[in-house]
Amino acid sequence: MSEEKPFTIEQFYKYISQGKLMGGKCKKCGTIYLPPRPVCTKCHSKDFEWIEIQPKGKLLTYTIIHVAPVQFQSMAPYAVGIIQLENGLKIPGIIKNVEHDKIKIGMELKVVFEKTPVNVSQWPQWPRYYFKPA
Amino acid sequence: MKGKPLVSIISAGLSKFGKLEGLYGREIFAEAVKEAFDRCPNLNPKDIQALFVGHMGESYEHQGHTGATLADWTGLLHIPATRTETACASSGAALRIGIFSILSGLYDVVMVGGVEKMTNRTTPEVTEFLAMASDFPFEQWHGITFPGLYALMATAHMHKYGTTEEQLAMVAVKNHHNGFLNPKAHMQKEVTLEKALSSRVIAWPLKLYDCSLITDGASCLVLTKPELAKKYTDTPVQIIGTGQASDSIGIYERESFTSLIAAKLAAKQAYQMADVTPKDIDVAEVHDCFTIAEIIAYEDLGFCKPGEGGRLIENGETTLEGSLPVNTSGGLKAKGHPVGATGTAQAYEIYLQLTGQAEKRQVENAEIGLTHNVGGSGATAAVHIFRRE
Ligand SMILES: [Zn+2]
Repeated sequence: MSEEKPFTIEQFYKYISQGKLMGGKCKKCGTIYLPPRPVCTKCHSKDFEWIEIQPKGKLLTYTIIHVAPVQFQSMAPYAVGIIQLENGLKIPGIIKNVEHDKIKIGMELKVVFEKTPVNVSQWPQWPRYYFKPA
Repeated sequence: MKGKPLVSIISAGLSKFGKLEGLYGREIFAEAVKEAFDRCPNLNPKDIQALFVGHMGESYEHQGHTGATLADWTGLLHIPATRTETACASSGAALRIGIFSILSGLYDVVMVGGVEKMTNRTTPEVTEFLAMASDFPFEQWHGITFPGLYALMATAHMHKYGTTEEQLAMVAVKNHHNGFLNPKAHMQKEVTLEKALSSRVIAWPLKLYDCSLITDGASCLVLTKPELAKKYTDTPVQIIGTGQASDSIGIYERESFTSLIAAKLAAKQAYQMADVTPKDIDVAEVHDCFTIAEIIAYEDLGFCKPGEGGRLIENGETTLEGSLPVNTSGGLKAKGHPVGATGTAQAYEIYLQLTGQAEKRQVENAEIGLTHNVGGSGATAAVHIFRRE
């Protein structure tokens, strides 16, 4: 049996920096966590395996942020949404490459991984991903 | 426990809410404590055996260790003084712990309360501090602001139920009207629907008038065993139900974006303990950190069916003259939202209502009241039910 990487946020982002969206799957009950958890909320097992999640989904809800935090101010106004991935998983992110009035709930989006190199182990420096129309 | 009083409130205090220049958090809390003692001449500071206080952020005043700080500045040394933190529900949690401390049998009289000093900071700083109540590595890191989280709920609610931006603005109009009647409110002015709707966008569909205020303020309550209450006052208010629950820190993992599970669970616990139903509630203070939050609160608390919150406000049911007045104080929207103080400030308004001291905002014959206090984007909720004795 191959050694599994730790089911941590840091490892989740290490996978993101490799262009992979990975979740932690409970080996006992099958529940998938994105991001991973050290323990399963459903069955309390601590036995997990990493599984790759298809980086695409449907837009569930969105907002256009006009008043932005300092580090995002140059982008404002920008759109943020939550997408529905496979297996009932969801993630939030910024939506790019689409005019704001063309954004519609239910539209297909794909996850794009930013290529900026960061040292994931140096908190808080995580690679970013965003969504764009599929 | 069903329907039995858990504790009695024998006094309560609230500082002025607003931009309180020249006053630090501990001094603002002292103002609330002074009122609580002034209201209840039979109560001696030496009667208070423990202090539990809600406070969200040490960043504002570079001051943590809030429990002892507040005891020190309010003449309550050397009682045990403990801070609770559940984001914007911090003093809702303090109230609960105060109730437990009385029920444990260890104490006869305790003070609970909360404080936040916020206006000494710039808006971008406050925005950043408030965002700490949401998930950092998956929400804040990806550009999602605190108003942005509630905007995601608003968009989902509008899409699923046809709730309108006008209905959101009606919550602001109502709460500003109530705040106009509350001499302690931060914003004591009316706002028109047109003005609310045309205010600048913060996080679409939420505009400036959909958001609560950055406010300084403090609140406190004095609790005792129900059988001791009449020793202190002729008009105690009983707490007959308490509930609290948690949910995922990130909203994106939740099954629904149009309801807060933690609030529903907390309400269920409180209703069952109090042995009352939503129909029995005469007046409620709910957590309107954003207008959509009040509409969702109506639904989560069972004041209407899921999806009908927009119509409830549109039909005027929750105005002062309506069948179930909500946020008679002006709510977080107009009274203000000094986050750590909010939970017990809501209880303060219910205390006034149930003792007939709410003046121009008085709901006639109010007998049973409810408070609904939410932490962050709903990862914590605390609900309490009160009864006039
Ligand atoms: Zn499991």
